Amino acid sequence: MSRNLLVRMCVVVTLALGLNYILWRWFFSLNWHAWWIAVPLVCAETYNFIDVFFFGFTVWRADGKPVIHVPADGLTVDVFITTFNEPIDLVIATAMAAQKIRYPHKTWILDDGARDEMRHAAESIGVGYVKRGPNWENRPLHAKAGNLNNALMSTSGEFMLILDADQVPYPEILDHTLGYFEDPKIALVQTPQWFGNVSTYDPLGSQAPLFYGPIQQGKNAWNAAFFCGSNAVLRREALMQLGISQYVKEIEIAVRQALRSADRILARTQRSSISDIPEVQYSLKNVGQAIAETRLAIGSGATIADATYALQRRITEVSKRLVKSHLQVMADDLEIIGQIHSQTDEDWDVILDVEKTTDLLSSRDLTPLGALEAVSQLLRSLDVDRSDEAQPLMPLATVSVTEDMATSMRLHAMGWKSLYHHETLAIGLAPDDLSSMLKQRLRWAQGTMQVMLRENPLVQKGLSIAQKLLYFATMWSYLSGFAAIVYFVAPVVYLCFGILPVKSISATYFYHFIPFMIANQLLFFVVSKGISTWRGQQYSLALFPIWLKAVTSAVANVYFDRPLGFVVTPKTRQAGNRQWRLIKYQIVVSVILLIAAVIGITRLAQGLGEPIGTGVNVAWVLWDLALMGILLRAVRFRGVQPEGK
Amino acid sequence: MDIHSKLLGGGVAVLKLEGKLNMVSAPHLRQEVHSAVAAGNSKVVIDLSAVDFIDSSGLGALINGLKSTRQAGGDLRIAGPTEQVRLVLELTNMDRVLNAYETAETAFSE
Repeated sequence: MSRNLLVRMCVVVTLALGLNYILWRWFFSLNWHAWWIAVPLVCAETYNFIDVFFFGFTVWRADGKPVIHVPADGLTVDVFITTFNEPIDLVIATAMAAQKIRYPHKTWILDDGARDEMRHAAESIGVGYVKRGPNWENRPLHAKAGNLNNALMSTSGEFMLILDADQVPYPEILDHTLGYFEDPKIALVQTPQWFGNVSTYDPLGSQAPLFYGPIQQGKNAWNAAFFCGSNAVLRREALMQLGISQYVKEIEIAVRQALRSADRILARTQRSSISDIPEVQYSLKNVGQAIAETRLAIGSGATIADATYALQRRITEVSKRLVKSHLQVMADDLEIIGQIHSQTDEDWDVILDVEKTTDLLSSRDLTPLGALEAVSQLLRSLDVDRSDEAQPLMPLATVSVTEDMATSMRLHAMGWKSLYHHETLAIGLAPDDLSSMLKQRLRWAQGTMQVMLRENPLVQKGLSIAQKLLYFATMWSYLSGFAAIVYFVAPVVYLCFGILPVKSISATYFYHFIPFMIANQLLFFVVSKGISTWRGQQYSLALFPIWLKAVTSAVANVYFDRPLGFVVTPKTRQAGNRQWRLIKYQIVVSVILLIAAVIGITRLAQGLGEPIGTGVNVAWVLWDLALMGILLRAVRFRGVQPEGK
Repeated sequence: MDIHSKLLGGGVAVLKLEGKLNMVSAPHLRQEVHSAVAAGNSKVVIDLSAVDFIDSSGLGALINGLKSTRQAGGDLRIAGPTEQVRLVLELTNMDRVLNAYETAETAFSE
């Protein structure tokens, strides 16, 4: 029997048993007297069932061993090493390994830290050095996406290999990946991220054998393997095309918005008393007309460049006229101020108290110049140069702190193809203490949530149904924090108060539940070919506060424009009890679970509890604790001592 | 790619490109637009009539040029695109942003 068939059989059996269980739970098992716990629990279980469905869908089409196509000669390649604050030595070590990559290429260090020592070190080993130019000053930097976008404008290779500062590449990395690009629709080849500083025990769960394995391979088979930020080769043409189409899209939106806002400001100014001044009246009317004409022109097919150019011209003329009558306007303003002054503040000398007078003159509510300035500022923003950004083209998506996933989703939506090449071709460094690990996981989760909220894959045009589902599947998995809460509360409620979310824990319950459970574990086992997925399972529950925080902070960021606010963690490892604070919620939950177990057993001894229910719930508590127990190791972890080979 | 520049008067500079406007030649074009603007000719026409191939990096250079000319109070216009260029403009929706004029001479004759 082929492996693919075995996997599919496991998927079908698991989903069938799962459906059987979930339907039974919804329609026959709910204890409506305790609906407040019964309904959340069944929802949490449904969440997990959907997660299993996504997993089954992902691995449905198995992917064979990578086939290496020898690349054609003469392709031009840039190797980008991105750094912000990593030690110079570490970056240089990566750069020197990059120089040894066999396929002809040019190596660049993209230094977002703009460090002189970095530049000198780069020059001394003969690799290129790129930092942000003055155009980025006072404009959004967009972190790593901005760093790469900046470098894209000053380099010209057809392909680029992107490496994090700590990802030391093998010499054959390009020989094994470039060949795929013979297919002109391939935009991206992603290879695994594997970490060299992690022991087999891997207390921080750094290796992701399931993700850089069956999951990416599965996504690959549906043309949905996504970009993971490092160890990937990208086609410049694809990225630039993305940058162009994004530019057009955003310019159209910006122009529409600017015209609307300009209308609003004009209307407000026209209602105010200053519009009585004839010159102002003329200007306002003129600008209003110009805006209306621009809208009409764009609506009837004029290009944005032409329409905005004409508009700019008219605004400039109006401004010039107004500047001519500036003195007149000033005089009018002073008169208005004088009126206000006599009504409110007798001691204020309009001429002598220059500061107060100019303040009032430039306050937008009062002076016509202010109002017109506001309008022309808006109209400037409607220009085609994206003056709010450092450069008009931003090929790597800047909507999320995980630019990689967002970018590959847009590439897929434009019809480009991606590939996952399952062969380790670079060795990196994983975070070696809990606080940096938590920070990293939070960033991934936040970034994924940002993409889900800003560009939900389910409604993106251009994606196939499989691609939509697979991108959504990754986002879905980050919602597990909510389910975790329910999984903690339910056993506590039973053990302390004897309230069951199901009608009864009887043989019927076990008939439905146990087969699904076993099939599910079997599916995982078969798909992962026996690689332990235990660490992953542990952290998926144990990091529940991180997942919750990721969702709430991403919602606050996307809908209320609040900064994401990273976990504040110093770079140097912290000593002593401060580490324990990082897992305070998990400690509190564990203690509550333990106390609940003791109460449950006591109640049973007193004849209040019921043996099977208590047994099941105590087992449940122990399961939760076993999963979260990894944190006890993680919190005391002090980096790995290199294993001798 | 070759770039021949000439002045039309009235601060209008024409850059006639010949060959491929792609990722290799895009920096060259960007440089030429900068020079024109620096010399006080912020109205720039890019004559594409002898360009047989353009890619997204080439379009990127046009957009960058548009930005630098506009910032100097001028404009960048394109003229005489060939079939391939026209196709790429449509494919990327750039035809909604940039108007393609018939000839370099008519681009600024409004």
